[in-house]
Amino acid sequence: MTIERFKKYFVTRQGIVKAVDGISFSVKEGEIFGLVGESGSGKSTVAYTVVGMYRPTEGKIIYRGKDIGQESKKRPKKLKKDIQIVFQDPGTSLNPRRTIRQILELPLKVHNFSKNGRKRVERVEKLLEMVQLPVGYMYKYPTMIGGGEKQIVGIARALATDPSFVILDEPTSALDVSVQAKIINMLIQFQKKFKLSYLFITHDLSLMRNVASRIAIMYLGKICEIAPASEFFENPLHPYTQMLLSSIPVISEEEETLKPKKVMSKGEIPSPVNVPPGCSFHLRCSKKMDICFREDPAMREVSKEHTVRCHLYTKQVS
Amino acid sequence: MMLMPLLEIKDLHVWFRVFKGFLKVLEGVNFVVWPGERVGLVGEMGCGKTTTMKAVMRILPMPPAIIPEGEILFKGKDILKMGRGELQEIRRKKISMIFQDPTAALNPVFKIGTQLRDTVRFARGSKRSITKGDIRTRTMQVLKEVSLPDPERILENYPIQLSGGMRQRICISMALISTNELLIADEPGTSLDVTIKDQIRRLLGGLVEKLGTSVILVSHALGAVRNMTVRVYVMYAGSMVEVAKTKALFANALHPYSQGLLAAIPRLAGGGVGEGIPGHIPEYINPPTGCRFHPRCKHTMPICRNKKPPFFKVEEGHQVACFLFQNRE
Repeated sequence: MTIERFKKYFVTRQGIVKAVDGISFSVKEGEIFGLVGESGSGKSTVAYTVVGMYRPTEGKIIYRGKDIGQESKKRPKKLKKDIQIVFQDPGTSLNPRRTIRQILELPLKVHNFSKNGRKRVERVEKLLEMVQLPVGYMYKYPTMIGGGEKQIVGIARALATDPSFVILDEPTSALDVSVQAKIINMLIQFQKKFKLSYLFITHDLSLMRNVASRIAIMYLGKICEIAPASEFFENPLHPYTQMLLSSIPVISEEEETLKPKKVMSKGEIPSPVNVPPGCSFHLRCSKKMDICFREDPAMREVSKEHTVRCHLYTKQVS
Repeated sequence: MMLMPLLEIKDLHVWFRVFKGFLKVLEGVNFVVWPGERVGLVGEMGCGKTTTMKAVMRILPMPPAIIPEGEILFKGKDILKMGRGELQEIRRKKISMIFQDPTAALNPVFKIGTQLRDTVRFARGSKRSITKGDIRTRTMQVLKEVSLPDPERILENYPIQLSGGMRQRICISMALISTNELLIADEPGTSLDVTIKDQIRRLLGGLVEKLGTSVILVSHALGAVRNMTVRVYVMYAGSMVEVAKTKALFANALHPYSQGLLAAIPRLAGGGVGEGIPGHIPEYINPPTGCRFHPRCKHTMPICRNKKPPFFKVEEGHQVACFLFQNRE
């Protein structure tokens, strides 16, 4: 999966919202790719476009050599079967008027798993077993089960069609830590077992550290930094990354030493209707220079697989 | 010297009446705050943190809530037995609370200015007269304290015109108007972004230090509690399971639940994600007998099923409600 210079604008009464403004990255086969950013940075827009809920304004989304940048109605069914999504809020992403069985059966019906009802039920049973829920849950409604279990059903639904690429849009942000740990472990286990590729979207950096192999940071519709997970935490380069990392409250001394020197976070994320000129981060940046007000920096590769979009690092490379 | 605790909750029970019977949410909460102390209260959602704090403010909806047992002593006086006048006096001058969701805490149909001015007027009480000028200076002063830019404009805005971070600052400023002894911060920042959360926390930390108030920080983010508090209570399913100095708790958590909770947090240092705690918070309509944690606990003993463990003292200031530690006393 490769995304090239992808842009998505929304036209509103206040003007054009540049939700995603020219981002490029690629997710390798069988990889967990983390996409991190604050709310309003355009993470979910990326997710929704990849599954085909939106059509990109510009740019390409290439999946296994094919451009899939069209709307879902025109997508071949095979592709829809291959790319699935788990939504953020399990409370609203499951239909409250359907039983778990109906919820899990729907993707099977849509993708012609089998015409035989009995076989479909067997598959639903298998799915529930796989995610370690009692088979009796088939006849329950989403309101009867806990938040964590609802999200597990959401995961089972995404996996029902045997996809190879799954988008996880903040799958655990609405859950408690003890439940989160369980779900994350389950996700990692499935990823290994079925050789899935994940596009993992979250705002929790410490979770990312333990899950993803590569991480991209988004700010106001643009990517600031992409790096392998360990490199990312050992040597964060972009001032925004440093600010994010130093803002995380941690629970042990060992972690405290890992954080970059305190970068005071200030200001708020500006409205995407009215993106500041030059580098979009310069309003909140502690190391801003004159050039940041005028020119938007380009992505530069600083070291292998580590790219940063900041004027601070342009000179060293050239 | 015998110091009197600022706030002492003794064996508090809160039940909610529902169709099926009673939800026995709080089951003997014991909680102490000393003057000038910063105390943390952590636990998963649905464990009764907010219910406890609402009981302190006496803002639980009654009915359906009932308090069959327990005392909440503020400077030795039981808040639960106070009359309306006394209660208003406490809310006016002594205790104030910052709520979880700043969007829900502000009235959407009134301007920020109107809401702040009302708070100032309420805090002064109706007996003493207060001039418009005084109200204005006080309003401006608190807005300045929470470092909001351009207060003139903000006073004329409606809550929806402000961002989440700004709304939370307004809520903090409202709480500041009336507090001088105890500030209850109920997850200030849960609904905000990491960097904004950090700003709010620093702001709150700074203000508390300056004013010298006692604080109860309610949160499920253990990291935040670690940075801001001196002592921490861990709560599970309606009662306290462990209390310790913040440092001691993070270095050496003893209750199986606290240990599980700490292990479940993803670390910045890497090393994978912990196991999590099997099972989930019990239903309150028919809670487990004895220790409410026993169905999820790794070390369950026969006694855990029958008897609710009291606090056992392990070290000075470190108490655990678990039978594993009864002989260490």
